[in-house]
Amino acid sequence: MADVKQAPVLRLKDVAKTFVTPHGNVRAVEPVTLDIRQGEFISIIGPSGCGKSTLMNIVGGLIEDYEGSVEVDGIQVRGCHKEVGMVFQEESAFPWRTALNNVTFPMEAAGITKEERVQRAMELLHLVGLDGFENRFPAELSGGMRQRIAIARTLAFRPRILLMDEPFAALDEQTRLLLGDKVLQIQQELNQTTMLITHNIAEAVQLSDRVLIMSFRPGRIKRVVEIDLPHPRSSKMMGGERFGQLVAAIWEDLREEASKGLQELERVRG
Amino acid sequence: MARTMASTRLTLPPLLIRFLVIAGLVGLWEIASGSGWINAFTAPAPSSVWKGFEKIVAEGGLGEAMAITFATALMSAAIGAVFGIASGYILHIWKAAGEAYTSWLAALASAPLVLLYPLFLVIFGRNMWTIVAMGALGCTPPIALKAKEGLDGVKPVLLNVGRTFNLTPKQQFWMIMFPASLPSIFTGIRIGLLFAIINVVGVEFLVNVGGLGQLIANLGDRFDYPQMYAGIFFVILVSVAFFWITEKLEKWLLSNT
Ligand SMILES: Nc1ncnc2c1ncn2[C@@H]1O[C@H](COP(=O)(O)OP(=O)(O)OP(=O)(O)O)[C@@H](O)[C@H]1O
Ligand SMILES: [Mg+2]
Repeated sequence: MADVKQAPVLRLKDVAKTFVTPHGNVRAVEPVTLDIRQGEFISIIGPSGCGKSTLMNIVGGLIEDYEGSVEVDGIQVRGCHKEVGMVFQEESAFPWRTALNNVTFPMEAAGITKEERVQRAMELLHLVGLDGFENRFPAELSGGMRQRIAIARTLAFRPRILLMDEPFAALDEQTRLLLGDKVLQIQQELNQTTMLITHNIAEAVQLSDRVLIMSFRPGRIKRVVEIDLPHPRSSKMMGGERFGQLVAAIWEDLREEASKGLQELERVRG
Repeated sequence: MARTMASTRLTLPPLLIRFLVIAGLVGLWEIASGSGWINAFTAPAPSSVWKGFEKIVAEGGLGEAMAITFATALMSAAIGAVFGIASGYILHIWKAAGEAYTSWLAALASAPLVLLYPLFLVIFGRNMWTIVAMGALGCTPPIALKAKEGLDGVKPVLLNVGRTFNLTPKQQFWMIMFPASLPSIFTGIRIGLLFAIINVVGVEFLVNVGGLGQLIANLGDRFDYPQMYAGIFFVILVSVAFFWITEKLEKWLLSNT
């Protein structure tokens, strides 16, 4: 990855979305404008229902009917793009395929030879710590292992831009930390531009160059926090003073939004 | 380990109970027929039905009849699977049609379509194609219903995975939608096969062509009731075995794809 492009890899211009439903319109995302550099790791954090997944689905091309524009390498795109890979919030490993055949899936679709597919898939399974589980079906594995299959499968697509929607939500804290380190290591090696959605502040700080805090619905970017921790990062930094300061600063902002969400919830229930 | 009589009876394995009930009924029938309570000519005793069975195996061509019926049912089911999956797919894709026709299809699946045989007799003539067509007709609705159900039930996130990998529409179908709905499609084919057997044997009986149905009809015409009953029980037994085999096969296939 010698040539570092000056133009942002990913550019969102006034991206907004209103869902039209039989029960009325839902404004999910207020205009978001954002430039993401090649190799940058950004996290989006915000209260539940603030439009994070919607924003990601727009960038990933799954929602094509939105306002504003999305540019990849300076070219406006609409629909799914071969440079963009996604890991979903819901469980998405194919239950009828083994771990190995899940990971070979995108390569199969792209017509890569079997030998190469299997070799690359084995490497990726090793990367996410699933050696020895190649021939197991998702139903035979834990939720965290299934999510790792999904991550490896998306990496097998070799996207330059990686979008991940709470990929670690189903994992226990320890696995989450270790897998976070792993993803960061891969991201650095491949110089991948990454957008991660998370609810976990520490995770956002640990992994990101920038953390975007989204407001309560309709979602807009309330604040951008630059994470000035040194690279290479690892979960070992979590005890540090600067780390603590950043987490506290983000929580300060997020608390306000989260309590708005809570209030609305109480209003709906009460 | 003191057990009361009641609890001992309750803990008998269900399989044993099943056979005890059948054995009891057969025994009762044997006694009733032997002692003349019921007419031994129209309802011959199990022992003579068994002799009848030995006879149709040896000289009545039971093996051949079974082979014909099976081959016809399988051919019907194969045709029904093609039409059923295709119609299920259309009902899935075309939402309006799906809403309009699904309940009719369900009604059709439970209707005695076998009564339409004169129509097919006119179209195909008195030969095996009438029977194949009737079998296919019987198994198409359940297969279509189950195929639609399976395709409708594919999780959206799985389709989204395919979209982000830039799958072509064809790949999207064969690599995601089809395998994802395969469990439901298999169930449809299994039910369809049974419907096909019922229709095939029924029409064979009615038009006097082909395998087991014709065999039973001929035995009835000859008033050879022991052999006729043997044939009927054999068909029932074969259907049960068939159901069981396809169930095992389905489990095996699903864990190996
Ligand atoms: N397909 C849709 N149709 C109608 N409304 C939708 C649709 N998808 C999302 N919404 C609404 O848009 C809002 C944002 O949803 P979204 O899934 O983007 O939130 P989120 O930030 O990802 O939440 P979470 O953290 O719980 O995953 C919600 O109010 C949701 O009800
Ligand atoms: Mg979400």
